[in-house]
Amino acid sequence: MSEQNPSTATHPDGPVAAALLACGVGCLVLGTLSLASDGSKRIASLLNIYNPTGPLSGVTTIAIAAWLLAWAVLARQWRAKQVAFGKVSFVAFVLLALGLLLTFPPLDDFLLGH
Amino acid sequence: MEITLRDFVTMLHGMLFGGFFLMALVGAFVLLLDWSDSKRCEEHSMRLPPVPTWQKVYFVAMAGCGWAAVLSGAYVIYPWYRAIAPHGADLTLYPKALLLSNPNTAGWHALGMEWKEYVAWIAPMAATMVAFVMTKHRGAWNASCRVRNSVMAFAAAAFLAAGIAGGLGAMIDKAAPVQGGKAVQLMRAGR
Repeated sequence: MSEQNPSTATHPDGPVAAALLACGVGCLVLGTLSLASDGSKRIASLLNIYNPTGPLSGVTTIAIAAWLLAWAVLARQWRAKQVAFGKVSFVAFVLLALGLLLTFPPLDDFLLGH
Repeated sequence: MEITLRDFVTMLHGMLFGGFFLMALVGAFVLLLDWSDSKRCEEHSMRLPPVPTWQKVYFVAMAGCGWAAVLSGAYVIYPWYRAIAPHGADLTLYPKALLLSNPNTAGWHALGMEWKEYVAWIAPMAATMVAFVMTKHRGAWNASCRVRNSVMAFAAAAFLAAGIAGGLGAMIDKAAPVQGGKAVQLMRAGR
């Protein structure tokens, strides 16, 4: 699977790795906050930043902010760099998968003991 | 031919933004598969051809449709869906209350909407990442098989998330349609 050619030097994978990992971070924050808002009325009320939409407004706003912030920081760190792309993409997939799973209500109910 | 304003906005959300987003993701996935050919990538990585304008427009439009779908869903339609029904109100105007009023349909809210409202947001985030890589970092895409596989996997995840949200949205809207508001005249009958 590993394939490197001379052009990796002129086309660094750092910016792609940053985008990938930031996306994973955003997904995990989304899943975690959706679980938290389901599990605690206090957290749900804190996340209710736009009343007609309810806690969903806070969950998604914070998830997007975390995604964009992570992207900006990582892109700055890894600009014009070659990174351990295999490891970064593995971590990004784990975060994405956790984020996806944590949005699934039966799993949330199980984790929260409902 | 008339429909209510809420029906019309729901149609824009699901059929225009959501439907186009899903179709664009399938198209993007086919393009990514085509561009992931190792031999072709090797040739392109040596002498990187510019990304055609139509491809840039395509990827930006794809991500734009995804964001339009989730934003219109969360901030326009969802408030109508979850509005609290006054005592004795006609529940057909309050879809969440209508679904929860019957044990046979309550699952469409408890599982369907509760999942859809969150999982949908994964799709535009992943689609934006795919669009960014394919328009700005085609060189890295061409140079590494790992980059190609990872980006394609995220595109597949975006499709999965959008498919779950779109499928559940369609089923929920069949069980308890979001409706009401003023009538919108689409076309007048000839006679």
